[in-house]
Amino acid sequence: MSEATFSIRNGPTFKGISFGAEKAVAGEAVFTTSLVGYPESMSDPSYTGQILVFTQPLIGNYGVPSSEARDQFNLLRFFESPHAHVVGIIVAEYAYEYSHWTAVESLGSWCKREGVAAVTGVDTREVVQYLREQGSSLGRISIQGQKDAEWIDPMGVNLVAKVTTKHPYHVRSAESKYNVALIDCGVKENIVRCLVTRGANVTVFPYDYKIQNVAQQFDGVFISNGPGDPGSCSTTILNLKELLQDERLQDLPIFGICLGHQLLALASGGSTHKLKYGNRAHNIPAMDLTTGQCHITSQNHGYAVDAASLPKDWVPFFINLNDQSNEGMIHAKRPIFSTQFHPEAKGGPTDSAVLFDKYFNELQQFISKKQSDAKLNATSSVALKVEELPTQRVL
Amino acid sequence: MSAVYTSTEPTVSTFNTPRYSPQLVEGVESVLIVGSGGLSIGQAGEFDYSGSQAIKALREANKQTILINPNIATNQTSHSLADKIYYLPVTAEYISYIIERERPDAILLTFGGQTGLNCGVALDKMGVLRKYNVKVLGTPIQTLEMTEDRDMFAQALQEINVPIATSFACETVDEALKAAEEVEYPVIVRSAYALGGLGSGFANNPNELKDLASQSLSLSPQILVEKSLRGWKEVEYEVVRDRVGNCITVCNMENFDPLGIHTGDSIVFAPSQTLSDEEYHMLRTAAIKIIRHLGVVGECNVQYALQPNGLDFRVIEVNARLSRSSALASKATGYPLAYTAAKIALGYTLPELPNPVTKTTVANFEPSLDYIVAKIPKWDLSKFQHVNRNIGSAMKSVGEVMAIGRNFEEAYQKALREVDPSLLGFQGSDEFGDKLDEALAVATDRRSLAIGQALIHENYTVDRVHELTNIDKWFLYKCMNIVRMYKELEAVTSKESLTKDLLQKAKKLGFSDKQIAVSINRALSTKLNELDVRSLRKFHGIVPFVKKIDTLAAEFPADTNYLYTTYNATKNDVEFTDKGMLVLGSGVYRIGSSVEFDWCAVNTAKTLRDEGKKTVMINYNPETVSTDFDEVDRLYFEELSYERVMDIYELEQSEGCIISVGGQLPQNIALTLHNTGCNVLGTSPVDIDNAESRHKFSAILDSINVGQPEWSELKSVEEAKKFANAVNYPVLIRPSYVLSGAAMNVINSEHELEEKLTMASDVSPDHPVVMSKFIEGAEEIDIDGVGYKGQLLVHAVSEHVENAGVHSGDATLVLPPQQLNEQVLLALKDITERVSKAFNITGPFNMQVIKHGDDLKVIECNIRASRSFPFVSKVLGRNFIATAVRAFLGGDKVPEPVDLISHRKYDHVATKVPQFSFTRLAGADPFLGVEMSSTGEVASFGKNALESYWTALQSTMHFHVPLPPSGVLFGGDLSKPLLGQVAATLTGLGYHFFVVNEECKQYLEKFIPSEQDVSVIFFPKNDKRKLREVFQEHDIKSVFNLASKRATTIEDADYIMRRNAIDFAIPLFTEPRTSKLFANALKEKIAEKIRVLESTDVAVPSEVRSWEEFLGFKA
Repeated sequence: MSEATFSIRNGPTFKGISFGAEKAVAGEAVFTTSLVGYPESMSDPSYTGQILVFTQPLIGNYGVPSSEARDQFNLLRFFESPHAHVVGIIVAEYAYEYSHWTAVESLGSWCKREGVAAVTGVDTREVVQYLREQGSSLGRISIQGQKDAEWIDPMGVNLVAKVTTKHPYHVRSAESKYNVALIDCGVKENIVRCLVTRGANVTVFPYDYKIQNVAQQFDGVFISNGPGDPGSCSTTILNLKELLQDERLQDLPIFGICLGHQLLALASGGSTHKLKYGNRAHNIPAMDLTTGQCHITSQNHGYAVDAASLPKDWVPFFINLNDQSNEGMIHAKRPIFSTQFHPEAKGGPTDSAVLFDKYFNELQQFISKKQSDAKLNATSSVALKVEELPTQRVL
Repeated sequence: MSAVYTSTEPTVSTFNTPRYSPQLVEGVESVLIVGSGGLSIGQAGEFDYSGSQAIKALREANKQTILINPNIATNQTSHSLADKIYYLPVTAEYISYIIERERPDAILLTFGGQTGLNCGVALDKMGVLRKYNVKVLGTPIQTLEMTEDRDMFAQALQEINVPIATSFACETVDEALKAAEEVEYPVIVRSAYALGGLGSGFANNPNELKDLASQSLSLSPQILVEKSLRGWKEVEYEVVRDRVGNCITVCNMENFDPLGIHTGDSIVFAPSQTLSDEEYHMLRTAAIKIIRHLGVVGECNVQYALQPNGLDFRVIEVNARLSRSSALASKATGYPLAYTAAKIALGYTLPELPNPVTKTTVANFEPSLDYIVAKIPKWDLSKFQHVNRNIGSAMKSVGEVMAIGRNFEEAYQKALREVDPSLLGFQGSDEFGDKLDEALAVATDRRSLAIGQALIHENYTVDRVHELTNIDKWFLYKCMNIVRMYKELEAVTSKESLTKDLLQKAKKLGFSDKQIAVSINRALSTKLNELDVRSLRKFHGIVPFVKKIDTLAAEFPADTNYLYTTYNATKNDVEFTDKGMLVLGSGVYRIGSSVEFDWCAVNTAKTLRDEGKKTVMINYNPETVSTDFDEVDRLYFEELSYERVMDIYELEQSEGCIISVGGQLPQNIALTLHNTGCNVLGTSPVDIDNAESRHKFSAILDSINVGQPEWSELKSVEEAKKFANAVNYPVLIRPSYVLSGAAMNVINSEHELEEKLTMASDVSPDHPVVMSKFIEGAEEIDIDGVGYKGQLLVHAVSEHVENAGVHSGDATLVLPPQQLNEQVLLALKDITERVSKAFNITGPFNMQVIKHGDDLKVIECNIRASRSFPFVSKVLGRNFIATAVRAFLGGDKVPEPVDLISHRKYDHVATKVPQFSFTRLAGADPFLGVEMSSTGEVASFGKNALESYWTALQSTMHFHVPLPPSGVLFGGDLSKPLLGQVAATLTGLGYHFFVVNEECKQYLEKFIPSEQDVSVIFFPKNDKRKLREVFQEHDIKSVFNLASKRATTIEDADYIMRRNAIDFAIPLFTEPRTSKLFANALKEKIAEKIRVLESTDVAVPSEVRSWEEFLGFKA
């Protein structure tokens, strides 16, 4: 067991013990107040390039489940992507011995395999208090006897390009009632599962794929979550702009989550800003402004949409009751909406899973409309043979 | 009834939207709150806490609050909270009277435990709520009924596809076999009434079930057959829902013990530690689905069984009310559940309410914990004879502790010490001998010691302990960290090798200074004590850090004063500039120390604040009001050990420390605190110690000419015999070391003395026995007083109804005294003044005096607040604690002395009666003696002692006044005329008299006229089922069994009569003076009672008056 330190740029240094990869790393230091779900968080591509501080003091209790196990849709059974995406984790106390029926290895051994640096023995509450006051900061983990890593600001890098699928792939549902095109900015496995289990075949496209060219052959478009600054996805924004402006696709249902929400906002003319220290938790109240119902939501984002910047025809859908930040938007006339939080959960509460049902209602309506309106049903010229695509993400 | 909530539509406005007014329930100005009554097993202090929070929430909304609760020791029954208070039985009958008198607009039923809920359902059935148009706030009655009715509930859950642990009530073996087919083997069989868990067990196939069921059905008319979920995890969620359907789960909790042990008797950790995201949210989602479907408006608790190796689960229970778990969850998270539930009951929605901790965020969120909480129940089973120590589906614990740490080891070890301060932490015990495997496999109150013994001393592996206990290995792995630390410390061979790193590591794992000292002393030639370790660690700069409980893991700044200490930190959350006054609370509720001391602690803090002092409360009992964070300036949810109190005293640089309002526990560390430089307020700990040492106390009493019974400290059986013969039997013995059975005993003969001293305890120079002359037939008197520098400021004299020999905590107290003349009262005052002066008392004290003829002897003196402080304060209308606190502060704060007893006339009398929990303690002998066995108390007022006793007795739980022509069963000691006198009083009231043998019949006939029938009934000693039939056949509704001593065997006919009266929920009288008083009360009151009950109009009986009306002013 080597000694390790966690330092915040221009801030304090915390001593601890390394229990993961013996590797000096640097990234953006962020914290989550979630109580469960460390395998889910760490394999969530949205955390790419970040050092994640857990406020739940006891981590690793239930070990790490199999990263090979897949469900009936060939989706990963326990993980949100095939690999860990955080560069490091900081915990108060690591459980060297774990116990769970799904566990195949310890958190430490998984971190070692995945190259994730991990430090235990840190007063994570003190770290949070610092980050809360100072705002988003750069951090690094140093291992005794190793050269320190250079400070890296991952927000300056196009992180989405790193995590997106390199080639379109196709996940088939049992019922095959709908066909959804999903723009992968770093999609979580459970988003795909939420679509597939409701009867949609999902074709997943790289983030910069010209979606406007194939959208016509689908019943809906979905824009996924993903890491980093939405401003770095200019190609996606441009593609979405064209998609939104396509006269033929005015009735096409679109649903965006997290980064997908931000990209949709930018594509429709809104703006985004970086939050002081972001919202990463499983306990955030988001109120549905159309019904007054409040959902407890799972969140993980550093940027937010400026509600005031939303153009005509767009209205705020959800609002964060803690900091009043925008949590979603909805089009006044078209079947388009998006949320900043994660209705797919994993980890976190499932209160807002109903939004997938809402999306599927819209898919259904669109299909009915297409059946009655031949014009809408015209297939596009560059029809993609989705059945021939690979069945899982292409790394 | 019309709908209470006019809108079930969500509101678009939010908490942060200005100019927004919530849609509150209309037409509600006054609210009747139903309390839970006397503290008993399963329904204890948590309801004082939740009721108090509800009242606070109602007051904030400017509602008039009317409270019914006969538990006079509670905080909620104070005018600083409720506007009107009725110390009356919490029954549908008495609530109706109050409704008739007060005409409240609305009623709150979910803050008074099961009692409150049952009353609500009954009131609804009786049509009372409809008749008076009383709105039920919060969860509607239909929902309450649904959760109470097993079948309706099962059906409701089926509608939403949530699996439930089904249970079938069976009366024949065939029914049991059919039920088992339904639920699938293996099954568990439980029998409702069987003695000591007899007849319960597991069956893996029809053959096993046939045997088990036929055996069980011979003991009990009905058995329950359920699917066995042995070894499954048990997890609970606390859920809140508002009227428009917003839902949150405030906390989840995981039991250390797997399924099978009542949640109240389980060791619990929060949040859950071994659940993955998938499991956690699967159960959370189901909980929300359930609460929405049932339509709860407020708070609700859902208990689950979770498969340990898969995703299958079952709902075990749903409580649609505030519960013990919700109190724990409130304390564990800082989220005030009862307060929020009360606000929701008024019509607020969750997004409209601020998070009371941060004040800047909303109540509609779920707390995130950056610490771990451990809860351990407190059992007090050694206080009872013949009691079964197994723990299982029926709760037996009398209290609980909660400890907070930043890792499992820290929280768990703190909690273990809190529950029993004589423990070092996680440790073993050699009491199990070669029965260790059994002690691990069969859960008892001692199991955590068995786990300690196995892992620390007997080299059991985690796998082996897991196999035997089914406790999740994660918990056991964590225990192993403690085991390894013990080994490291034991390897220390010199003081020098106790390095900083090692000390630091031990502290991080929750080791106490004493625990470290004991561990290293094994190999050390010069032994270290607790204080040596303390100074060594302070030399190394190892001191605990202080962290806040802020509900969201520091994500937002929170100005909270709810604190705990930890060694797993590098920074304090607070600054120490207050120099606040430390108030030490009472710790865990147990027999002899309960909510009374919480009232004392709360009132101490209140008075200090009134006097402009900053206050710091230390306590670790999640059931209390003193640990509600708005009661004090700072709350440390911490151990009340010398180590931790001194840590906090030093960190806070406190002005002083109050140790005399929390019962015996804080008192025990007073002298050490004093000797190490802590400013202990009030009577000097040296004088306190003088009163606690038999020798010193006795010498001082002699010097001031105050009488006491002859006594001696004896070191051998021979010496004991000699003393007993010299003073004549009976004698009272208190062994200092007890092997088994009750500690204190009245001994009537040399034979008994030999038996007690050789069988039950060890007498030796190391373990002396204190023996005193026991004066038979004497009256006992309780004196509570407050002094200032030896001058008596105020005192109260309460007389016991029972003769001396019944523990003062089990005694019936009458105040103001009715049988003592002015001369005796003055003599008592004189003794009180002399004692106060001799011990230079500043603050509270209590004495027990016995009166035999004109002779007054002091048998006990405690220089601290006593159990009866709230009672005397409330009855006399003068807050004794406030007076005591002003005495602590001294100077011009000290009030003028006043005599509330001599030469005073009161128009009211109050009687305090004990609340027992024998029903819950299978097998325990319900016999009163010198050891206390009640778990709580209730008190009522009346125009005279008879009326107040009559009302107080009805205020005890499940007490039903026996109405003629029911049967009365007599038994017990026939050598004295007492039983006969009781029977004579009851003659002619229309009861049928029964006895179990001819001898008793002949005895009774000497006392009663021939018109009164007496019949001998068949009394099967070994067939409970048959016995029940006999009781039913003769409609026996009360039992008088005046035995002169405790049963020695469970074959004793008197024991069987007493025990079955308890098991069949029949009023039982075992003591002559209270039996006579009750007989007199029946004679005087029964006609009125029958008239009132039969009346078609509501006729309100005379005892139904508020506290203020009795006193004539608002105290």
